[in-house]
Amino acid sequence: MPKLRMNQAIALALREEMERDPTVITFGEDIAEAEGPFKTSEGLLERFGPLRVRDTPISETGFLGAAVGAAVTGLRPVVEIMFVEFLGVALDQVVTEAAMMHYLSGGRLNAPLTVRASCGSGLGFGCQHSQTLERWLLGTPGLKLAVASGARSAYGLTKAAIRDPDPVVVLEPRALYGRREDFEPGENAVLALGVGELLASGDDVTIVALGQTVGIALDAASEAKGWSADVIDLRTLMPWDRDIVKRSVARTGRLVTVEENQLTGGWGGEIVSYVASRCYSDLRGPVMRITAPDVHVPYGSELEAEYLPSSPYVAKQISELISTDKVPGHWWEDAR
Amino acid sequence: MSSPVLPDKTEVMPDAVARRLALTNDEAIKFARMVEIRLIEDRVIALFGEGLIPGTTHTCQGQEAVAVGIAGATRPDDIVVCTYRGHGMALALGVTPEAVLGEILGRQIGCMGGIGGSMHLSDSSVGLLPTFAIVGAGVPVAAGSALTSQVLGLDNISISVFGDGSVNIGGFHEGLNLAAIWRLPVVFVCENNLYGEYSRIDRTTPIEDLALRAAGYAIPSETVDGQDVDAVHSVIERAANRAREGGGPTFVEAKTYRYAGHSRSDKAAYRPAGELDAWLRRDPVRLYGEKLIANGTLDERAIERIWSEQREELEATLERVLASPRASTADMFSRVQASGD
Repeated sequence: MPKLRMNQAIALALREEMERDPTVITFGEDIAEAEGPFKTSEGLLERFGPLRVRDTPISETGFLGAAVGAAVTGLRPVVEIMFVEFLGVALDQVVTEAAMMHYLSGGRLNAPLTVRASCGSGLGFGCQHSQTLERWLLGTPGLKLAVASGARSAYGLTKAAIRDPDPVVVLEPRALYGRREDFEPGENAVLALGVGELLASGDDVTIVALGQTVGIALDAASEAKGWSADVIDLRTLMPWDRDIVKRSVARTGRLVTVEENQLTGGWGGEIVSYVASRCYSDLRGPVMRITAPDVHVPYGSELEAEYLPSSPYVAKQISELISTDKVPGHWWEDAR
Repeated sequence: MSSPVLPDKTEVMPDAVARRLALTNDEAIKFARMVEIRLIEDRVIALFGEGLIPGTTHTCQGQEAVAVGIAGATRPDDIVVCTYRGHGMALALGVTPEAVLGEILGRQIGCMGGIGGSMHLSDSSVGLLPTFAIVGAGVPVAAGSALTSQVLGLDNISISVFGDGSVNIGGFHEGLNLAAIWRLPVVFVCENNLYGEYSRIDRTTPIEDLALRAAGYAIPSETVDGQDVDAVHSVIERAANRAREGGGPTFVEAKTYRYAGHSRSDKAAYRPAGELDAWLRRDPVRLYGEKLIANGTLDERAIERIWSEQREELEATLERVLASPRASTADMFSRVQASGD
C-alpha cells in the first residue's frame, strides 16, 4: 500500500476525479502554476491544462460566485480556499447562494460544487490563519460539511464531495498535510458523506472526534489506564451520523466530544445535546465536551500547543469523568 | 451544442403573447410584452395593498424597456442572472404571467411552487437562474455560468443584470475582473435607475455614468437610453454577438428610472420634486407605442386593443392564480438538497 501524505492524497483524488469526469474543473489562488501553497494540486495544470486548472485573483467572492454559476450550469467545480478564514469575505456565496440554488430553482438545478479549505491550528500561523470555523457553516440547510482527519479520509471525502449533487465544503486540517498514512486508493476508498467511522473499540466511553482531534482522541484512548473507549471519527458534520453515535453510546453509556474549536458554539454542542435528550436512558454519567478555550488561537508553538486539547489532557479529563461521574473543569478555569 | 442543464431553444414554446394576441410583428410583440409587465407590476402593488402578498415586493415600472430589450436580443439557451427586481425580466424571457404572479402570491401555480416569493423567480427552461436577492451576488455567478460555456465549448452566453446599487459591492468588481481576465462570454447590464434602495446615486457613488466602472477592468462599455426598447435591443445584440464570437465581456449601462420606491413600504419621499414627472414624460411603454404608430406598425386602435386584451388576460390569470393553493408543509421540506430528492 502506498504511504501518502495528506496533500498528495488530495492531489490524487483531484487528478482521478478530473480523469473520470471532464466537467470537473478546479480553481483557486496559486493552485495552477504554483500547485497550491500546500501542494494539494501537484501536477494538475500539467495534466489537464489551463482551461480546467486555473489560478484566480485574490477574490473569494468572485471565484466562489463563479463556482456557483458554473455548478448550476453543468460543471463540477472544485475551488480551493487557501485558509478557511478567507471564506469570511465570501460566505454569502456559500450559505445564501450555493446552499439555496436547488431549493430556489424548484428542484430543477443542482449546485454540485466542492469548496476545499485548509483549517486549524498547529503550524504557528497566528490567530487569523489557525481557526477551524466549522461553526460558520453549521446548520446551513442545503450544504454539506466534511472534515478530513488524515490522508485516507481526505482522499475519500474529496472524491465523495466532487461526486455529490449538492455543495460540499471539505475542511483540511493544515497540520496534517505533511503526515503520511497507509491506504489503498481507488473506488473502495471513496467515503460516504454523513457516515462516521469507528476507529477504536472499548467499553466505558464513546469519544467523538473530528479532523485534527481524531489522532489526539486515538492517542488518548491508547494511553488510557483503567478504561477503554470507542473512538469515532465523525468525518461529516452536515449531515452527521447519529446512528453510529447512538449505537456506541448504547454500549458505553458515556459520551465525550473532543473539539479543536473554542467552547462556545462548537460542533460538539450539537452532538451532546442530541445524545443527552434522545439517548438519556443509555447514559450512566454526564456528557462532556473537551474543547479549546474561548480565546483567539495564540501565536507561537508553546502557547498554541496549550490551546489545542492534548492527548494526555483528554485522557486525564476522561479518567476523572469515569471515576467521579462528574464533569471536571476545563484546564483554563484553573489557569486563570 | 447546448448547455447540459438548460434545454435548448427548440424546446421553448412559441411566444405566448404573440400567439394569444395573434401578433406576428416583432415590434408589436415587444410592445405587448411591455404592456403586460406594466399591468402586472401595477397590479402587484394593488394586490400588496389588499394584503395578498406576504413580506415585500420590488416592482420595475419605468424599466420595462430594459428587460424586453435584453430578452429580444438573447437566445433561450442563454443564461440570465438578475436581481430581486426581476418580475419584468422573468416575464420578458417568457415565464408566464401565471407562473410569475403565482410565485409572488405564494401559490403552488407559481414558477417555484410558491416557496420562493417575489424576490425569487426562476425558470431554467428560459435560462433564468433563481433571481438574486443579495445585491451584487449574481454578478460573479454570471461569470461562472459563462465559464461553463467556455470550458464546454458551448456558444450560449450569460447576461448579468443588476442595478446601480450593485456597483459599490465587492462581488460586482470581482465578477467583472474574473470575466475580463478569463475573457468570458458574458454581458453585464447595469440598470441605472438612479436609486440604490432608498439612496440617490449621488450620495453613494462618486460617478453618475456607471459605464466608467468597466474601464478599470479593460471591459468595453456602451451607454444606452434605457427607455428605448429598440436601442437596448441593438446594444445587447452587439454585446451578445461579441461574447459569442469569443470577444469577451461587455458592460452596458442602461439609463432608466424606477417609478415606485425601492420596495412596497417605500413611498420614495426622498426624490427631488419634479424628477418622477420628468421621467414619466419619457415613459418607455408610451414612447414605444408612439414610435410604432409613427412608423406605421400599429394604429391607435391596435394599441388600445393590446392594452385591453392584456387587461382582460390579467384578470383571467389572476383568477387562476387565486384559485391555486398556497405552498404546502411538504413543499417546505422538499428540494432542500438534491441528494435527498
